[in-house]
Amino acid sequence: MSLTRQDVEKIAHLARLSITEQEMPVYVTSLSSIVDFVDELSRTDTSGVQPMAHPLDGQRQRLRADEVTESDHHEKYQGNAPAVAAGLYVVPRVIE
Amino acid sequence: MHNLFIGELAERLGKRQISSVELTRHFLSRIERLNPALNAFITLTAERALQDAAAADARLAAGEKGPLLGIPLIHKDIFCTDGVKTSCGSRMLDNFVAPYDATVVARLKGAGTVMLGKSNMDEFAMGSSNETSYYGPVKNPWDISKVPGGSSGGSAAATAARLTPIATGTDTGGSIRQPAALTGVTGLKPTYGRVSRYGMIAFASSLDQAGVFARSAGDAAAVLQAMAGFDPRDSTSVDVPVPDYAKALGAPLKGLKIGLLREFFDGLEPRNAALIEEALNIYTGLGAETREVSLPHLPLSVPTYYVVAPAECSSNLSRFDGVRFGYRCEDPKDLLDLYKRSRGEGFGAEVKRRIMTGTYVLSAGYFDAYYLKAQKARRMITDDFRTAFEKVDLVIGPTTPTPAFDIGAKMNDPVLMYLNDIYTIGANLAGLPGVSVPCGFVDGLPMGLQLIGPHFAEAKLLNAAHQYQQATDWHKHAPRGYE
Repeated sequence: MSLTRQDVEKIAHLARLSITEQEMPVYVTSLSSIVDFVDELSRTDTSGVQPMAHPLDGQRQRLRADEVTESDHHEKYQGNAPAVAAGLYVVPRVIE
Repeated sequence: MHNLFIGELAERLGKRQISSVELTRHFLSRIERLNPALNAFITLTAERALQDAAAADARLAAGEKGPLLGIPLIHKDIFCTDGVKTSCGSRMLDNFVAPYDATVVARLKGAGTVMLGKSNMDEFAMGSSNETSYYGPVKNPWDISKVPGGSSGGSAAATAARLTPIATGTDTGGSIRQPAALTGVTGLKPTYGRVSRYGMIAFASSLDQAGVFARSAGDAAAVLQAMAGFDPRDSTSVDVPVPDYAKALGAPLKGLKIGLLREFFDGLEPRNAALIEEALNIYTGLGAETREVSLPHLPLSVPTYYVVAPAECSSNLSRFDGVRFGYRCEDPKDLLDLYKRSRGEGFGAEVKRRIMTGTYVLSAGYFDAYYLKAQKARRMITDDFRTAFEKVDLVIGPTTPTPAFDIGAKMNDPVLMYLNDIYTIGANLAGLPGVSVPCGFVDGLPMGLQLIGPHFAEAKLLNAAHQYQQATDWHKHAPRGYE
């Protein structure tokens, strides 16, 4: 196993995912097998190669004028929210 | 009526021999009768479809003409549809009603299409078999014990079963071409940036692209025509003129240089290889020249993809926080508990696995070893394609290593599942357009021939696929019970 249970618990915390007791061993095994699989890359010589982040190399990210182009739809959008009050999203108390 | 191509349907609609309402009712009744065995839909929009069809009939009655005016279609449930549930195949979005239309949806609506419903898919498009959907697996109409492929499995199965003439899909690592191959339909993944992704729920942003399922390359060309083009609302949309795809379909293939991808044939199952050889003979007969080309770094494409795609997914899916939209857990004790349980309960197993893979490869201490390394390998693969396209116009090979496999066969082994994408991922990493067309059968199940071209070579690709379909009839076969 390239990943331990502690590794997976840490990753799950970073990813803000609750993982149940039953799920945990399955993830330890499957994530280990994925990490082993992608480790094939470490055996490849990539020296001198520039990392590629965009599939159309040389394509410039467009900018637009800083102008208001959208109207206010907050009521419609908040229709999908689990909890809203006075136009604000409601979450558990953060500051006592 | 359901076996006609959309060119034929448009002609009959234009001559007022049939109405769009009649056509829509026909497909809705097929869906009602045949879909329960397939599970290809998440949402049916029958009422709205009949309204859209009546509107299309009014436009037709006013003398308006158009290749898609009055034609029914389905949208993969990854595209936002104003006022209609848009789940992305996830419990996380089971309660989500999109507040606006994706550009793809808006453009196809403007062209007069009639939306029959939203198709089933792997959760957040993460899967190669349509088994990760919260709404259950889609069945392959050629054999309902088999998967239809994924992630756009519902769109593919519905098109193959003649429950719709055309469908939209998305392709991040093969999610259009692979299910098209496994269900015997034509599937086109355009160049990265060719079609707007505004309103298309993101999986891996440097790879995702919207495309088309149809029963012929000619039909796919008509749909792409309406979908393609610059959209200021998508920062990755490319401002390159859209050619007339239908016009490009007539060009003879004499002198076209087709490259056989050596790496695709290494170890290929003999019956699959024989089908590809047969297709090559057709192309040679049409005047094309074939030669072998090599992409030496192609074997790296699956591990490269399974670093890059999960990394981007872990970032994109961080927006699902249980606060602004989507699933929220019961009685969170604090904000951290709300985040963790909403995400833990709202996402399915494969999505969580990919988020965690992505979180791991991006985490401190591992970034250089995995993510940066994969970005370098990605350039090597892309450079291989560039070198190949200096010698040939298109490259050709199989779409998948095997025909459709049994439902459940690969669900416990993610790496085995990921290897389904071995022939399709390269085009996504390099941002290239690719098309899969039916090229025969193995064990009674359809197989796909894949053509990949340089950036923005959709016209050439579609023409090559069209010419092949003029010389063969594999694309006309219907699964038994769906003729």
